Amino acid sequence: MTGLLSMAYLLAGVFFILSLGGLSSQETARRGNNYGIAGMVIAIVATVASAAVGAYFVLAIAVAIGAAIGLWLASRVEMTAMPQLVALLHSFVGLAAVLIGWAAYLDPRSQLAGAEKVIHNTEIYLGIFIGAITLTGSWAAYGKLQGILSSKPLALPGRHVMNAVAIIVSLVMLILFAPDGHGSGDATMLLLMTLIALLLGAHLVAAIGGADMPVVISMLNSYSGWAAAATGFMLGNDLLIITGALVGSSGAILSYIMCKAMNRSFISVILGGFGTDSGSSADDEDYGEARSASADEVASWLRDADSVVIAPGFGMAVAHAQQAVAELTSTLRKHGKTVRFAIHPVAGRLPGHMNVLLAEANVPYDIVLEMDEINDDLPKTDVVLVIGANDICNPDAQEKPGSPIAGMPVLEVWHAHQVVILKRSMATGYAGVSNPLFYRDNSSMLFGDAKESVQALVSKL
Amino acid sequence: MSLTLAVPVDRAPGETRVPVTPDTTRKLIDLGFTVLIEPGAGVRAQFADALYEQAGAELEADTAKLYQRADVLLKINGPQAQAEGLTGSELEALGSTPEKAKTWISFLAPGQNEPLLEQFNGQHATALSLDAIPRISRAQKMDVLSSMANIAGYRAVIEAANQFGRFFTGQITAAGKIPPAKVLVIGAGVAGLAAIGAAKSLGAIVRAFDTRKEVKEQVESMGGEFLTVELEEDGAGTGGYAKEMSKAFIDAEMALFMEQAREVDIIITTALIPGKPAPKLITEAMVKAMQPGSVVVDLAAPNGGNCECTVKDEVVKAHDVTVIGFTNLAARAATQASQLLANNLWRLLEHLCPNKDGQLVIDLTDEITRSCTVVHGGDITWPPPPPKLSATPKPAAPSAQKTTEKSPPAPRKARPIALYWVIAGALILGLGAVAPADFVSHFTVFVLAIFIGWQVIWNVSHSLHTPLMSVTNAISGIIILGALLQISGSGSWLVSVLATISVLVASINIAGGFYVTRRMLNMFRKGDPS
Repeated sequence: MTGLLSMAYLLAGVFFILSLGGLSSQETARRGNNYGIAGMVIAIVATVASAAVGAYFVLAIAVAIGAAIGLWLASRVEMTAMPQLVALLHSFVGLAAVLIGWAAYLDPRSQLAGAEKVIHNTEIYLGIFIGAITLTGSWAAYGKLQGILSSKPLALPGRHVMNAVAIIVSLVMLILFAPDGHGSGDATMLLLMTLIALLLGAHLVAAIGGADMPVVISMLNSYSGWAAAATGFMLGNDLLIITGALVGSSGAILSYIMCKAMNRSFISVILGGFGTDSGSSADDEDYGEARSASADEVASWLRDADSVVIAPGFGMAVAHAQQAVAELTSTLRKHGKTVRFAIHPVAGRLPGHMNVLLAEANVPYDIVLEMDEINDDLPKTDVVLVIGANDICNPDAQEKPGSPIAGMPVLEVWHAHQVVILKRSMATGYAGVSNPLFYRDNSSMLFGDAKESVQALVSKL
Repeated sequence: MSLTLAVPVDRAPGETRVPVTPDTTRKLIDLGFTVLIEPGAGVRAQFADALYEQAGAELEADTAKLYQRADVLLKINGPQAQAEGLTGSELEALGSTPEKAKTWISFLAPGQNEPLLEQFNGQHATALSLDAIPRISRAQKMDVLSSMANIAGYRAVIEAANQFGRFFTGQITAAGKIPPAKVLVIGAGVAGLAAIGAAKSLGAIVRAFDTRKEVKEQVESMGGEFLTVELEEDGAGTGGYAKEMSKAFIDAEMALFMEQAREVDIIITTALIPGKPAPKLITEAMVKAMQPGSVVVDLAAPNGGNCECTVKDEVVKAHDVTVIGFTNLAARAATQASQLLANNLWRLLEHLCPNKDGQLVIDLTDEITRSCTVVHGGDITWPPPPPKLSATPKPAAPSAQKTTEKSPPAPRKARPIALYWVIAGALILGLGAVAPADFVSHFTVFVLAIFIGWQVIWNVSHSLHTPLMSVTNAISGIIILGALLQISGSGSWLVSVLATISVLVASINIAGGFYVTRRMLNMFRKGDPS
């Protein structure tokens, strides 16, 4: 019977790997998702069918309620709110990890001794620790994305010291806790650690600003994986370990890609506070004056253009302008113009966020290109529309070595013949640096709400 | 009291352009100025007087009165000593006084016309020269030289086509094969690039030569083939102009031109450094070597010409080759030239009138204003200090040095990597020594799974990162297994309650994660093949 269960787990593990592998292209992505569902069903059915599980009635109710809530959340979420949903889902994994850790600790069945006991206690401890950080970290991220918390970095005095103390205290308690685990005061220590980890998670994320959210979300994704893996060790369950490792490394890679796209080290993002210590140096350099264009002018440029590139940013999501942008795209395409999208890896608040928004608005994915794919084509482009984006197309990143964003890969939109920036004001972007793009001779500003501006363009065409 | 901008008929011979169009009249009035037009000023550029009136300008038929009423006089060419309808010179008619200094804006070529600047100073006038606007990026929108050079380049091709007895484009017809014309453009400045573009779009094979290596890409982007000589010398000087080259370079260059002259049908020369006599690049021998019926267009004719056979302002035949020496090619496209010029001039006045109150502010600390103001406040302010910036690339030498410096640290980097592996290996072995067998097998699975995950995730398309996050969300709901195993049989009600809650939240994850991924993936669709 255990042999059968192990094989079922192996099968589920293979399906999960195929599921992630399927996401390598749009054509196979749907199949990938189905593999994932199949793997999950196999794993759950095999576990429930095994001798170790009873209480089917309670189980069925819990699963039914959970699934109902999940489907309800998933079906009503707007694509602009995807980052919040993802953050929320991360927190559930964290919560489950904490609860399972505590349950494992309280489980009177575990009778281990010697090294095994020490390792088991360590696993419980780490599982709860990672789970708790994921839980409150995700809540903090959710709050920031939803606008409940300020998206500005929370800069408490001595926050690095507080974090360091929290981690050191947790480590010391681990060393005291692990050898016995059920002695006097051990339960209190575990509880204390849980509280510290909960506070630490919230504080870590609160100190990170809004535009670093792609990194934070990826990082929490990674944590949720490690939490699952730690739980797997705790329970000696290989499938949990495999899955946790897959998810953990997935999140780690995403964090890496996002950091790379901002040219920042992972550590500096985690330590937070970007934009407060270096970015606020409002440089007094005189760029001249930015030109503002009317919707009529922009429409006439678009009419004369052969190739148009649209570079969307978080502003497009905020203004819910994706439908209007899609309409503009199809109008321009009907006029026989080449329209493509240039997506910077950190545009939006979630890796790949812009792609999903555009897909929702029925923009075909084969005209949505990555930064590296389109940068070389920009000099041949007639008009670039920058919609609600700022730092990701700032020429200073390449031209001004002293700039806080120097070295960050950016969309080189300024090489195009004409750049139109749709923006509400001349305010700086998240990095707090002014953008000389706005003052270039081939740039014009189209001020106003992104959605209204784009709709105006559509009607003028 | 807003200033009056006056636009007289420009009576210079061959002049057809007008510095203000009805369109910019409106924009100038928006800046607070009053616009006064002499009837007929725009007629040769196809702008009727009525259009100016509709745009809000006032017509002033009395030429002398127009000059008197002017606060700022806008023209294309500099002041004439004798002008129709005026007694005395144009400058005298303006009647500038020390108390009420008037401003003259036109092309003045201050480098070549020092006596003229003295005259302005003698008349207590302020003079702004359009051709002295610095060629920096901030001033691009008022760069009249680029505007005019652009037209001249285009027009040069059109004039050549007019004289050339064949097609530009190659064709294969029932009556035989027609080879495409070959065009050589010397000097790839604005005019040269415009000529390359125009000749290319007529279907010719276009080659271009320039001493500045940095323009190679620009030439190629216009569809031209970049010719060069095998000598290491870069001709980039200040302000985007070429500098004069060494003897050896010029010899190599001349050999190249000779070789090309035998081959090409049309040569367009644009080699010009302002204020200096144009270099003689096309010798009579080269003209002689060209095929009969070939055409040379010499855009450097105003400064003496790049070709030895050029006659200023004329079309001549030399050795069966037509040599065109028109000096005012831009005026041959009067409407277009006027439109561009008027826009440049409007931008200049906008710059000089920052408060939009119809007043001019001559701020000599501003680089643009400083450069184009040649006479002001009783001083001749020409020449300006040299331009601060230039579009020239930094010399290549330091970067080459950098790359050679980079190579040594490689071995240093290898050591930490080896060290990391030693430490990691020691840790793993250490763990293996104390850990129970069960743990070791789980650990093996864990590490291998990380590697699989690492390999698989790198293949995920960037555009699918959000679905990746949601599907990993769903998959990490596998933590439900832990709760399933705890939910029954422990004998502790607390454990059961905790496990039940875990099952519930993990179920949210599984169902929600997979469903939302499905929703997203269904949205991604491929475009129609159209």
